Amino acid sequence: MIYLFAAFAATLLVSSLLVILHRHPVTSALFLVLAFCSLAGIYLMLRAEFVGMVQVIVYAGAIMVLFLFVIMYLNLPHDVESGVPTAVRRGLGWVAGAVLLAEAVALAARHSQPGPVTGAYEMTQGNTQAIGQALYTRYLFPFEITSLLLLVAMVGVIVIGKGRATPPSAPGAGEDE
Amino acid sequence: MNEIPLSWTLALSAVIFIIGVVGVLVRRNALIIFMSIELMLNAANLAFVAFGRQMQSLDGQIFVFFVMTVAAAEVAVGLAIIVNLFRLRETVFVDEVNLLKG
Repeated sequence: MIYLFAAFAATLLVSSLLVILHRHPVTSALFLVLAFCSLAGIYLMLRAEFVGMVQVIVYAGAIMVLFLFVIMYLNLPHDVESGVPTAVRRGLGWVAGAVLLAEAVALAARHSQPGPVTGAYEMTQGNTQAIGQALYTRYLFPFEITSLLLLVAMVGVIVIGKGRATPPSAPGAGEDE
Repeated sequence: MNEIPLSWTLALSAVIFIIGVVGVLVRRNALIIFMSIELMLNAANLAFVAFGRQMQSLDGQIFVFFVMTVAAAEVAVGLAIIVNLFRLRETVFVDEVNLLKG
């Protein structure tokens, strides 16, 4: 169990590092798919079956297909990352990451009391039914707001993606509509 | 069957989040920045699931559901903006987009 977790965690770490380090956007996206799949494995080991399945279907399926579609639609070349400003920003970015990591270690070093165990929910078998019941009773209002959010996002994407009918004559000549 | 310690999962979540932060700060390709934001959202999801497991509560997984919905909406809108930006400026590099620069 522990070794399986370690394998999934190592895959997740390496593939997420490659996401931000690799030069080509398509390779980055494929490594992100790998990261999401290993994260789904970790969810399964934490006995969150529903979340794991939704992770594969929504993230590794839908969202990454959208990413890959856009990358191939734009037909991007390799990223050219050179020059002094890029190097400076890269160094500052890694320094900021190191500071965040130090903060995390400092937080973890403090001993904190575990909170009270709230739920009487026993994690025995598949939890999809329990999640569905909670979603449609206790969390019904946020669930409906979620559908509204998706509707707004859909309308927004259509309006933004429509663009203008003719290509612009001069760049920056004006805004849409 | 021995359990996975909570601290391991939280450490993994923190490291993934930091990788996402570094990705946002280091890269200039807007698509990679979006992928890094996805990494950060997933790190938060992992922390939700880990704490929910620890406290034997289902609420963490339900919050993961909502976070995933927000992430899906965010990706759709963001990618539409990137496509429109590419049409307008022929670039996806964020430092070449300086429309608001005085």
